[in-house]
Amino acid sequence: MDFINHQLFIKDINVHIDPILPKKTAIITHGHADHARFGHDHVIATRQTIDIMKIRYGDKCAKKFTPLRYGQKYSIKNYDFTLYPAGHILGSAQVLIEKNNHRLVITGDYKVGKDEACKNFKLVKCDTLITEATFGLPIFQHPDPKDEIQKLIRSVKINKNNCHIVGAYSLGKAQRIMNLLRQQKYNETIYIHGSLEKLCQYYSKEKINIGKFEKVSLKDKSFYEGKIIIAPPSALKDRWSRRFPNPIICMASGWMTVKQRAKQQGIELPLVISDHSDWNELVDTIKKSKAKNILITHGQEDALVYYCKKQNLVSKPLSIQGRGDEEIE
Amino acid sequence: MKKFSSLLHNLILTPSRNTKIKLLQDYFKILDINRAYALAILSDQLSFQFIKASKLRELVYEQVDQHLFDYSYDYVGDLAETISLIWPTNKEGKSQNLSTLIENIKKIKKSEINTEFSKVLSELSNNERWTLIKICTGGLRIGVSERLVKTALADLYNKSVNEIEEIWHGLEFPYKNLFQWLKNKTSKPKIDFKKLFHPMMLANPIDEEKDFKRLDANEFQAEYKWDGIRIQLMVSSNSVSLYSRTGDNISSTFPEIIETTKGEAVIDGELLVGGNFKPSGFNDLQQRLNRKKASKDLQKMFPVFIRAYDILFYKEKDLRKLSLVERRKYLEKFQKENTTNQIDLSTIINFSTWEELTTYKNNFYDDLNEGVMIKLKNSEYLPGRKKGYWYKWKKNPKLVDAILMYAQRGHGKRSSYYSDFTFGVWKENELVPIGKAYSGYTDKELLVLDKFIRNNTTNKFGPVREVKKEIILEVAFDDVFPSTRHKSGVAMRFPRIHRIRWDKPINEVLSIKEFKKEFKID
Repeated sequence: MDFINHQLFIKDINVHIDPILPKKTAIITHGHADHARFGHDHVIATRQTIDIMKIRYGDKCAKKFTPLRYGQKYSIKNYDFTLYPAGHILGSAQVLIEKNNHRLVITGDYKVGKDEACKNFKLVKCDTLITEATFGLPIFQHPDPKDEIQKLIRSVKINKNNCHIVGAYSLGKAQRIMNLLRQQKYNETIYIHGSLEKLCQYYSKEKINIGKFEKVSLKDKSFYEGKIIIAPPSALKDRWSRRFPNPIICMASGWMTVKQRAKQQGIELPLVISDHSDWNELVDTIKKSKAKNILITHGQEDALVYYCKKQNLVSKPLSIQGRGDEEIE
Repeated sequence: MKKFSSLLHNLILTPSRNTKIKLLQDYFKILDINRAYALAILSDQLSFQFIKASKLRELVYEQVDQHLFDYSYDYVGDLAETISLIWPTNKEGKSQNLSTLIENIKKIKKSEINTEFSKVLSELSNNERWTLIKICTGGLRIGVSERLVKTALADLYNKSVNEIEEIWHGLEFPYKNLFQWLKNKTSKPKIDFKKLFHPMMLANPIDEEKDFKRLDANEFQAEYKWDGIRIQLMVSSNSVSLYSRTGDNISSTFPEIIETTKGEAVIDGELLVGGNFKPSGFNDLQQRLNRKKASKDLQKMFPVFIRAYDILFYKEKDLRKLSLVERRKYLEKFQKENTTNQIDLSTIINFSTWEELTTYKNNFYDDLNEGVMIKLKNSEYLPGRKKGYWYKWKKNPKLVDAILMYAQRGHGKRSSYYSDFTFGVWKENELVPIGKAYSGYTDKELLVLDKFIRNNTTNKFGPVREVKKEIILEVAFDDVFPSTRHKSGVAMRFPRIHRIRWDKPINEVLSIKEFKKEFKID
């Protein structure tokens, strides 16, 4: 572990993982804005993550790109890097770093549960595990997403004169919701906020089944009665949402586990659908990785650190700059 | 139980009052005993003798690691929700009726609570578990007032909500007479109003700028606002009972009142501590509150009396439709007949202009009253907080600047925010905490403080965060007393955050010595 510091920086070879500021060489785990930034000299990531960065920041968001397949080894001096699926969003990866027979895995954001909208998580055994802990409290036990999406479908059936606006992060969560709806045989056109369009097109191109979708436009108010609209969470409170007929505000997020949290945000129909691991999955991954040294990054790290210590694992929190306590998934 | 728990779930998440009423009405349309249980729960009248918050904690500690629970509770900020989420999920048992479930729980013997009640919790779904624990801990806090429940019922059956309000305290589970009357099958339940607790008439805070321009001073009279507890005293030939503002019977706590009062009346007033009708402050009153019984010694040390200001019934007469001035005559009559030294009358302040009243209000800064009550001379006695009749005008609060020292996450609607603040003043080169506040700030100020705390934590003690000593809070409070329980030697009454003092450097904050001197402690 001594070759990487708490900022996920390997000084020896000047390589950063998910750096916040522009750096020389950056390995990027996935395309979310708190991990993938604009302006690095050299970006190493999966092809899909690179595609997503180009969609969001433009083709020239880095000087040089090196796409890696999952499982393909890439070496810099005596360091070997391999990316493995993280199951978080399309293109998301864990990073395995091997040096002198020491295996270190940085999970990035990950979820263990099944997801048809991206490649599923693969467990990688290691000596040191740097895990996320967004939902690192035992109250977080994500239910079956199918049941959650059925709640939405049922509500749409019952409330025929309302439209349902679902708040979902524009990369990953939105498309997963669409895919889940399709899995549950919801075959109507899904309406999307303009900011989702390019990413939805990309998911379609990558053969993720998100079905027919259309950007919302200024139409007669009544047109959207009975329809499902997907929008980034920030748009829910915006005037934007008020142009629709009797909207029922929904939100798809792991935070929706806590009723008080849903209430604070004015969410009427919370859908507990998360792209992060829940408590059991975090604990299980720690166990199965066989790692003896556990470092825990952003999220609710206290409880997980406590748990690891009780299991006689060396554990400490790792606070990475720029990542808040609670962010939108 | 599934249906009722999804009702609560929907109620808590629905911001619209009309939708809440509709949800309630849909539920009340069911015709069996379940709706009576629902009504009892929604009006906070159902509880289980052996299962309270402390018992629930004990049970959850048997199921999960205590530290993991505490971390979770700190995050969620709601006991019922934390327990329901963290409770190990078993296979759900057969779905039970709300009524069957409650009746079965009531049958559990005290010695078997731990195993039997844990079993019940394990067999419920998450949401049902949340509902059941909410019922156990009481006070649902789901954004539905008792009044709203009554409104939903009244609208459903085309009655007026005031009619329900009037008989409410005479009704008992399972509310057969209520539902029969609502459906027009019988006449309105007959209730002996003299023996019934009557919801009190409450005052609105006055808006100095708007109201004084709008209101005619000649139509109003004023009384001092005393800092005691509001009570209702029910006197009849064979019994006397004393009720708190929420309708709890507190007779046994104040035996001297019960033993000495005679006559036949229902009185509204303030209970105060002090001999010879001289109130000695809320701190003394606290020695008498929340006790089941009061010993002779305690009665002597902290004697109590009632400062009466209104009367609802006198002998057979219902006075509630009379004007305040008319009622006062009956009140004086009652007081004269009561030769005890436990009841006196609230003084009436007459004034002809609002300026005149202002001088009264401010002259009493050092006295024990909290300000004045302004009452429409013509007002009937109306339950609840009706606009336009009674106003309260509090004295300006005391203010002190103090330094933010520690913060903790809040509960309920402020859960997840760092919203409970401990602040202090200097004692030599250190800070000593003088109080804790969790209200008064604006939503914007809360966001700023929350962010500051997250970014400037210097130390963590369980759920408590110590922060960099940089922020000065102007704290408003009603009063301050000497205290042996606190390191600083002072205890504040109702401290709240008035504003953040961005302009002041921390070395200009008072020392504890100066603080005590300024507010005349010791």
